[in-house]
Amino acid sequence: MRSAGPLATVQDLGRRAWQHMGVPVAGAMDSLALRLANLAAGNPEGAAGIEVTLGGLEAEFLSPARFAVAGPGTGVRLNGTPVPAWECRKARAGDVLRLDAPAAGARDYLAVAGGIAVPPVLGSRSTYLRGGFGGLEGRPLRAGDVLPVGLEVGEPRGPVPPTLRPDYAAGAPLRVVLGPQEEAFPEEALAAFLAGTFRVTPRADRMGCLLDGPRLAHRGGADIVSEGIAEGSVQVPGDGRPILLLADRPTTGGYAKIATVACVDLPRAAQLLPGSEVRFAAVSLWEARELLLWREYAVGRYKEGAG
Amino acid sequence: MAHVPVPVLRPCGDSAVSVELGEGIDLAVNRRVHALGRALAARSHPGIVALSPAYRSLFVEYDPRRCSFEELALLVEEAAQLPDLAAARGAEVEIPVCYGGVLGPDLEEVAAFHGLDPARVAELHAAPVYHVYLVGFTPGFPYLGGLDPRLHTPRRATPRERVAAGSVGIADRQTGIYPIESPGGWQLIGRTPLRLFDLGREPPFLVPAGARLRFLPISREEYDRLAGA
Repeated sequence: MRSAGPLATVQDLGRRAWQHMGVPVAGAMDSLALRLANLAAGNPEGAAGIEVTLGGLEAEFLSPARFAVAGPGTGVRLNGTPVPAWECRKARAGDVLRLDAPAAGARDYLAVAGGIAVPPVLGSRSTYLRGGFGGLEGRPLRAGDVLPVGLEVGEPRGPVPPTLRPDYAAGAPLRVVLGPQEEAFPEEALAAFLAGTFRVTPRADRMGCLLDGPRLAHRGGADIVSEGIAEGSVQVPGDGRPILLLADRPTTGGYAKIATVACVDLPRAAQLLPGSEVRFAAVSLWEARELLLWREYAVGRYKEGAG
Repeated sequence: MAHVPVPVLRPCGDSAVSVELGEGIDLAVNRRVHALGRALAARSHPGIVALSPAYRSLFVEYDPRRCSFEELALLVEEAAQLPDLAAARGAEVEIPVCYGGVLGPDLEEVAAFHGLDPARVAELHAAPVYHVYLVGFTPGFPYLGGLDPRLHTPRRATPRERVAAGSVGIADRQTGIYPIESPGGWQLIGRTPLRLFDLGREPPFLVPAGARLRFLPISREEYDRLAGA
């Protein structure tokens, strides 16, 4: 690792089995991009890769390897030559891969054939920064780090079909399922949430992002008896400013949640940058699942090599 | 015959459900939450990804590719009908605590707030068998119910930036233990030499949700001996 930029961490699909012990899930913010980068490189979709936030990564291959980048991926260069994202490439020992900040979106994912072979902690290789464990010594990557790569290397696949690549630049509303506490908000607040335009504040990290826009009033108070929190939940504390909770969210929380981003749109939510505009559109639970199942069908076809 | 409430399923997006089994912070409701978690875990449905008990609700994360909301709702309803749902009791854990001094910097203040002697506060705190309602906030943090009403104390007006691992605190009606160093606003009355969360140990967690917990007062010498071990 010659440089790691503002924040690069090792991530896989997260530490799901320990939420009942207060351990956050962590994992790739844009799990679809990590899965597709892995599949392109010939890895199992849950292999650990590098989540590169806002570019700035420069890494030298110490041995020959195949790799794939997925995500907005507009600033990828191998030895100075632009390299397309969403497809597997070969690197020789001594080659230098550079990821610059993407034109739209926040995070790119680098998968290396064999996967990043840091030791799993509680069943996952994901870095959990606040807890200081997982990934490489529980911390962000930095210049001088040498990352181990696994030996089990599968057959690479062809480029990820364009229909599977999210349009990170389009700015379409994030589709949400209302609830679990939509009745904690008066009609006007629900209407303002669905009609309004919000802006991502500088308080945006792997835990979540604070949104600025119409203030959302509560019917009674903002507090509920603490309960589990889903990825993509939009909680609204007493000040009426919604917080979109993402990969590093705490396992439980005590604020009313107005809506939850549908799984199919979590990859786009994970790419929001401070200053980005965000709007929400309600879908039914059944619509949300239908959209996800169609996408997963397409991922499955790509995985089987029919893509 | 106790009234058995029908679970209320609140979808949290398309991959999780919060199953509510009652209102507020209530021991009987929380026992049912843990029992429902165990009953669902025993079914080991491949679509269920994670089960996390909270105070009055069980958070169920599922894989929408392998399980529909309707299928999950049926599973929950069946599991919730088990007659002995509230009967099962959790494990019992003993936590040695050295009260007061530098290890419990707020003991004097808590005692003054209630007009009690600090030793009496420690005695009242160590008397009950607590119930672990849930584990959350940081890895391994147990939220304990059963605090003597004479010790209910508001949180500190200004939270501390760093609370030492092992600190035992009080916040309103609750008491709990900080497993790792973290910020925190609870009133700190003592500290345990035990490590509640230790990745070098198998299992890394000492106190599971649903367990019963007792505090054992120990001297400073005993604390140092155990902490040094």
